[in-house]
Amino acid sequence: MSESKSVTDPAGRRGFISLLGKMCATTAVCSGVGTVALGNLAAAASSASTAAKAGFPAEGPVPAYDWTKHRWAFGVDSTRCIGCLRCVEACKVENKVPFNPQNFRTWVERYVYLEGEDKPRVDTQSDPVNIAAAASPQDYRFSNRYRDKKVTKAFFVPKLCNQCENPPCVQVCPVGATYKTPDGVVLIDEKYCIGCRYCVQACPYGARYFNEETQTTDKCTWCYHRITKGLKPACVEVCPVQARVFGDLNDPASDVSVFIRSHPITVLKPWTGNGPHVFYHGIDGEVT
Amino acid sequence: MGAFMQIADYIVSPFSGYVYPNETVLPWTVLIVIYPYITGLVAGAFIVSSLYHTFRMEAFKPVARLALLSALAFLCFAPIALLSHLGHPERALEAIWTAHWTSAFAAFGYVAGFYGILLVLEIWFAFRVDIVAMSQSSKGVMRRIYRLLTLGSTDVSETALAYDRQWTKVLAAVGIGAAAGLHGYVGFVFASLKSREWWSSDLMPIIFILSAVVSGVAVLVLVYVVSSKVRKAAIDENCMAGLARVLWAFLIVTIVVETLEYVEMFYRRIEGIEMIKELVAGPISTGIAIQALFSLFPFVILTVLLARRVRGKPLITWMSVSSLLLMCAVLAMRWNVVIGGQELSKTAKGILTFIPGLWGREGVVWAASLLCGSFVFLWALARLLPPWEPVQMSE
Repeated sequence: MSESKSVTDPAGRRGFISLLGKMCATTAVCSGVGTVALGNLAAAASSASTAAKAGFPAEGPVPAYDWTKHRWAFGVDSTRCIGCLRCVEACKVENKVPFNPQNFRTWVERYVYLEGEDKPRVDTQSDPVNIAAAASPQDYRFSNRYRDKKVTKAFFVPKLCNQCENPPCVQVCPVGATYKTPDGVVLIDEKYCIGCRYCVQACPYGARYFNEETQTTDKCTWCYHRITKGLKPACVEVCPVQARVFGDLNDPASDVSVFIRSHPITVLKPWTGNGPHVFYHGIDGEVT
Repeated sequence: MGAFMQIADYIVSPFSGYVYPNETVLPWTVLIVIYPYITGLVAGAFIVSSLYHTFRMEAFKPVARLALLSALAFLCFAPIALLSHLGHPERALEAIWTAHWTSAFAAFGYVAGFYGILLVLEIWFAFRVDIVAMSQSSKGVMRRIYRLLTLGSTDVSETALAYDRQWTKVLAAVGIGAAAGLHGYVGFVFASLKSREWWSSDLMPIIFILSAVVSGVAVLVLVYVVSSKVRKAAIDENCMAGLARVLWAFLIVTIVVETLEYVEMFYRRIEGIEMIKELVAGPISTGIAIQALFSLFPFVILTVLLARRVRGKPLITWMSVSSLLLMCAVLAMRWNVVIGGQELSKTAKGILTFIPGLWGREGVVWAASLLCGSFVFLWALARLLPPWEPVQMSE
């Protein structure tokens, strides 16, 4: 499996293309909005579920995949994100993340600077006001709470596991149930995890959560079951504005390599020494 | 929103400011509050026993063996708190068989196991003469049990007893290091996490050790007083005065180090200090008040007791009051550290407020049951191996 194939392979996208078609009305709304919340995506989530079941390869070992030949990385272009939260919903469906407002493998933060205020107001889809504005537990959205305010600056910041170079979560796991693969992704063996939650504490980015259903810790894997088959992570696949970029650093032509080369980028909490592999463009120092 | 919150089986903490979505369910709650608390009682009680067994401070003889049993009772219940907390307790032993050595948690089984073996050995040597005596004097099932406990070693000659004392002395000496290590290690579990500003402090392990000794001595005072009252036995005043001195010495250092921790945090204006101020003034304000007042008030009492050489009933009464307050203070300190650390969001932009549940695995009732259970177990141990006075040998 060549990397170029993995980036362009249309077969795995079929389900999501179908999904995108069903979402077109919502996307039309999204395209014109930079700072405010978007509409109801419950139907889209339902479609994503169907697509996930129908279009994606079954999970299991991938004989052709050589994890020593890849170095995965993720880019987030905050200047493009419109806060539609389609990525959040797709992730929940794709990875069977409990549909509640507390557990997320990925989420989106909204930073809003109001006139006369020097600190941003920050919220996510989990904010009680946003939860109240959503139509159902399967639906995530940002409420239009700043409609009557004077907004001087605003941007959305998608968050996910940083798959750190020196992951503190791996360091603290007492049984080695969470580990770093040679291609740079941190995984969890849920058949081995004892559920102590020490790794949840150790992650400075709040990327891990305790799954009450499995009684083990869970987190974003950049959809490892997909990327090892040449597909993109679900969140990248559904993003209508390419705010999420994914690829192989070993391939200079990959989306992420190009993204890193062509933008000023930063990582979150660099002082921790964790060495995050999610690279951000367009965020300011208030983002933690 | 209400309907959404009910979807979860677990407690979602309300918050102000901005917190990461996954933070709204605290990973560690009341069970991880009482785990270091119970472990601390082990360390404190053991150190008192060592003051007699190793350093031959005769004043502590009346409580030396009671302290050993107390340490064992608490040590048996500390892991239960941890096990109850695990999502998959049936996999807990993997942390021993296939320990991942970069984890601070991985050492718990070994540290606690080593300390447990050491403690059981010391108890056996310290009680062996009594066990032999009771294997001869008791009847029925108890006779068999005591015979079993002798492990076939029924020699109570002076040479054998000297050998017992020597072993007890050595084990007690090693045990001081093990007790301090066990609890310093528990402090390290928290201090080593750079993700939480509230925990990430070099002073944390030291504070844990010092406060552990304070709570351990305090619980020993209470157990000694209550058990003596129940047995209608006299309370040794010299012993109480000695315990007052130990308590006073460890308490003053604890207060100083804890104060330094706070002063340093605020003086350096570490990152997120505004949120820390909100935390101290908000969710853990009651805990901080209990920790401070219930430490300072006993300190004043103990100072007066020692300075005025108070004896008799006032000594026992005020020592009991001080001990009870200090146990509450240390429990509040554990709460402030464990819960407070998680109420301070990793975003440094928000504060959560944790309200414990009553029932369930992470509920207050189960945590309190474990705490009470350790005292019931201590009572049972004391029935099996009365620590009060040597049993006369029947020839």
